[in-house]
Amino acid sequence: MISPARSWREFPQRYRLEAARCEGCEKVLYPPRVVCPDCGGCTFETTPLPREGKVVTFTVVRVPPAGYTEQSPLPIALVELTNGVKVMMQVGDLADPEELEIGMPVRLEFRRVAWDGEAGLIFYGHKAVKG
Amino acid sequence: MRDVAVVGIGMIDFGELWEKSLRTMWAEAALAALTDAGVDSVDMVTIGCMSPGLFAGQEHLASLLADELGMAGVPAARVESACASGGLALRMAFAEVAGGLSDTVLVTGVEKMTDVDGADATFALGTAADQEWEGFHGITFPGLYAMLAQVHMQRHGTTSEQLAAVAVKNHANGLLNPHAQYHLKVSVEDVLASTMVADPLHLLDCSPVTDGAAALVITTVEQARELGSERPMVKITGSGLATDTMALANRNDLSQLDGVRLAAERAYAMAGRKPEELHVVEVHDCFTIAEIMTTEAIGLFDPGFGASAVDKGLTSLHGKIPVNPSGGLKSKGHPVGATGVAQVAEIATQLWGEAGQRQVEGATIGLAQNMGGSGGSSTVHILEVAS
Repeated sequence: MISPARSWREFPQRYRLEAARCEGCEKVLYPPRVVCPDCGGCTFETTPLPREGKVVTFTVVRVPPAGYTEQSPLPIALVELTNGVKVMMQVGDLADPEELEIGMPVRLEFRRVAWDGEAGLIFYGHKAVKG
Repeated sequence: MRDVAVVGIGMIDFGELWEKSLRTMWAEAALAALTDAGVDSVDMVTIGCMSPGLFAGQEHLASLLADELGMAGVPAARVESACASGGLALRMAFAEVAGGLSDTVLVTGVEKMTDVDGADATFALGTAADQEWEGFHGITFPGLYAMLAQVHMQRHGTTSEQLAAVAVKNHANGLLNPHAQYHLKVSVEDVLASTMVADPLHLLDCSPVTDGAAALVITTVEQARELGSERPMVKITGSGLATDTMALANRNDLSQLDGVRLAAERAYAMAGRKPEELHVVEVHDCFTIAEIMTTEAIGLFDPGFGASAVDKGLTSLHGKIPVNPSGGLKSKGHPVGATGVAQVAEIATQLWGEAGQRQVEGATIGLAQNMGGSGGSSTVHILEVAS
């Protein structure tokens, strides 16, 4: 259900982890927004996200949606990066999904996230691996 | 603002209703409510429905459904706020009547979920989450609530057995509700032995996919008196609506539902009531953890005490504050757009004293809480028997 245009539009954030730093209050927004939710500022500079963080919460999806069924069981975590930004992502390279726990240190690696049967697109992005 | 009364309800039996279309289910519930209220025309129709486009390939319900009931010409609006669409339909109707734009409004909710297969239904429900920044990674709704559950368990020591106790209680209540999808007694062991869907949530921690419709008729107190019903007058004294961040990534504290808390605070303020004054409550138990977190958010229990409250039986049918006497979404079923309307129908039934075997004795003040997505939107309505 992800169109080629949408996939292309998201490349800067997916591929290069580009975030926006508010010039008014320094808050880092990922994904970037038109308006800073904290100070209302509308001017930003592009900044890359740090690549280290820790697991804030997680689950293992055993009944994934269409397009992800080959990846079951699918571990997914909410990761808080070293600058405080939280990002949801898949967790890769786990020998056993039971290893996942709150507080686990992780680093971000560029990986294939999903592949879409209907449109033939392959989606890349970042996954968390044990840091 | 004008006072608003509930004068009729209409429910159909929830379930996998292969033989019934969206419009048929809706018309049956709407007609039942109009008949129950004893009115044959209304000034407005509101329709809560999350995603007829994805579930049934149909949009433009305002025209379709008003026409279906032979009411073409009446003002009608479909409103959407994911699984809180039904609560929103009531909120909009309440504003119409309280604000004086309409005297009598038919409030409805409907969802036809079984015309698509499980994967398509999962996708359709998933659109209630942030598709670009959550759904992209393969997270599902059970997955998002599982993430909230992990935090609640770590912060407060909530256990899988306590989550299961919510399912046990609500299925026990559902046995007493003829409209419920599942008349099924379950034990803690059954829940823990059911398939893991998203750790730590098992299949029996989740509400089902359901077809269903529900309806209410609301009107001014003056019009309600003219109808001459022998029932006690039930008024909607509080209506709260609030949002929270869409994505879990943008929440400060994942152990609580701030949108629900805000909606409840607004409803309590309007009604001039406090949580401890309530006699009966329906909350949005789309997952067992959701009942625990919503009962905390509406102030029935302090943060972290929602789980032990279930353990102690405080929320059981004959407990201190019965929660989900209807069986909740868990047992009654969760046709998403209909849910918020069905919750209020249950509270009205309880306050009229017509709930049969699941009646909460002497209930005169009740609350219904409906929630969209992973708590990104919520409505809270307080109903009271007029003194």
